[in-house]
Amino acid sequence: MSFLTYFINGLSLGSIYAIIALGYTMVYGIAKMLNFAHGDFIMVGCYVVFTVVSTMGLNPVVGIVVSIVICTLLGVTTEKVAYKPLRNAGSPLAVLITAIGVSYFLENAALLIFGADTKAFTSVIPWEGIILAGGALKIQGVTIITIAVSLVILIVLQTFIYKTKAGQAMLAVSEDKGAASLMGIDVNKTISLTFAIGSALAAIAGVLMCSAYPSLTPYTGAMPGIKAFVAAVLGGIGSIPGAMIGGLILGIIEILGKTYVSSQLSDAIVFGILVIVLLVKPTGILGKNVQEKV
Amino acid sequence: MKLFKKVVSVAAASAMAVSLLSGCGSSAPSDTYKIGSIGPATGGGAAYGTCVKNSIQIAVDEINQAGGINGKKIEYKFEDDELNAEKAVNAYNSLKDWGMQFLLGTVTSASSIAVSEKTKEDNMFQLTPSGSAADCVKYENVFRVCFSDPNQGIASADYIADNGLATKIGIIYDSSDVYSSGIYQKFAEEAALKGLEIVSAEAFNADNKTDFSVHIQKAKDNGAELVFLPIYYQEASLVLSQAATMDYSPKFFGCDGLDGLTAVKNFDESLAEGVMLLTPFAADATDDLTVNFVTKYKEQFGEVPNQFGADAYDAVYAVKAAIEKEGITPDMSVSDICEKMKKGMTEIEVAGLTGTITWDASGEPTKEPKAVVIENGSYKSMQ
Repeated sequence: MSFLTYFINGLSLGSIYAIIALGYTMVYGIAKMLNFAHGDFIMVGCYVVFTVVSTMGLNPVVGIVVSIVICTLLGVTTEKVAYKPLRNAGSPLAVLITAIGVSYFLENAALLIFGADTKAFTSVIPWEGIILAGGALKIQGVTIITIAVSLVILIVLQTFIYKTKAGQAMLAVSEDKGAASLMGIDVNKTISLTFAIGSALAAIAGVLMCSAYPSLTPYTGAMPGIKAFVAAVLGGIGSIPGAMIGGLILGIIEILGKTYVSSQLSDAIVFGILVIVLLVKPTGILGKNVQEKV
Repeated sequence: MKLFKKVVSVAAASAMAVSLLSGCGSSAPSDTYKIGSIGPATGGGAAYGTCVKNSIQIAVDEINQAGGINGKKIEYKFEDDELNAEKAVNAYNSLKDWGMQFLLGTVTSASSIAVSEKTKEDNMFQLTPSGSAADCVKYENVFRVCFSDPNQGIASADYIADNGLATKIGIIYDSSDVYSSGIYQKFAEEAALKGLEIVSAEAFNADNKTDFSVHIQKAKDNGAELVFLPIYYQEASLVLSQAATMDYSPKFFGCDGLDGLTAVKNFDESLAEGVMLLTPFAADATDDLTVNFVTKYKEQFGEVPNQFGADAYDAVYAVKAAIEKEGITPDMSVSDICEKMKKGMTEIEVAGLTGTITWDASGEPTKEPKAVVIENGSYKSMQ
């Protein structure tokens, strides 16, 4: 029974990684850039909820909505101000380095505004959870909601991309920016939309993460951001179902590794598995093997 | 601009002249004991430094009002180091110019280690109230009042075993932090000697300090009756709230890093109820000494003193006891005083705010650890 408990904890952690990884993978798939500031969008989302709910005393639902709106605006603005001017710079490294800069900027801004001390985040999910098997197995409300939310997001995203015009435009931009713009697709608008969606997902991930692990510092988003990046690469970067699978696998491995191998080595195990997967299947589990056509 | 430079240089020159004069003054036989102290009175750690500064003042005033030591009064001077080791060395030099014979400092470990290089050179007696790092007392002329980091581990294991709090222990510690892992290692060694069974010892690190579900679940599955938390209060607040959601309520026991737990923003204080921690000082203890000290402190400075102040207060009385024991007089040289103090410190016993303390030649104190339990959001001494 305790294995099941660990497994469910792993699923819950994995779902959070998955939601973050979805944001990573969308931005990479469409804009072809790694937004290393993605983890810090999560942190911003959390601080917004914290301010609205704990400091201003408003309803958590209001907090979540405000947080999604602010993160979306932040994502779009960051893209416009920091990434777009560099998109056509000679080296793709320029945008990558800028993303790292944005990441530090956000962390330090949060340090300046909210200070370095840890804030205890009040969970926005009041549901206690369910008790199974006569009390031997307790599944927390936040765990169930996290898993459910990640599945809903996956389905909505897949539908959006394959069934709507804007989604088709994203696919087109991801295949070939130049050809897409020749076909009359507004590439800049499409990339902005991608950032908006990715950042909104970051806000949702942040709220769920801080509800499950109620601690908030300016560095809250950094490590989960990196883990989610690993998840996205593991699942095949650019692939939406891949990000989901990668996130879940990563979460389960991390918790089970901590439990049955060593709590000190859990990160080494996680990153070790990434190395092995990439050696065997360089494009990740669901990654497309695109052949260069000459 | 030129005028400004002139003013500055004149001011600097006159300051030098004054310091020269005071330097001359100190070489003349002194009729008072001169105690100096250094710590952060501004900037980070100001709460610690200010409390040490004020607490020494209280102890010095008490002794002077009661007629001094062997009829001689104490003079006291405190210098700010702004939590900076370099500034601490400067502060030490200016105290030396003032004629300091005993250094009760510094307040923090890093500064203390830096200054001890100087005091060793000068053979100046140094007693740090609160420098807890192992290296603080590596020289013969340096002693300390607080427990060292590793000693907290030993003291915790002893306390748990001697008071029969539990036999099956779970531990959650931070393997990336020298304070936490230092305490953990000593705790584990001592626990084995005392017949305590460590059923789970799980680590986390600075990058992963939010998810404690595995750590708690393992302690729970292995039947730990008490979970030892040699960690800081931020992480401890998370451990407590996650344990509550997992319906696990063992006893929790920590060290001085848990000091501050009840002040975490938004933390459900009821979760801290019953948490025990090893801290040398509880401001609401009811013994005469503590009541006297806390009342005076509140009257003069309007705040409740913390453990740093209590350590500093005890340091003054330790110096007094050693002076009386060895018959040290204010006209002796700094080096002679230090030699006698080194011997005197190992022979005295001080009944202070932080317990009854004795020292050995290594500079480490031996005292009964005091434990407090959190009740109704404040500390209460455990008997």
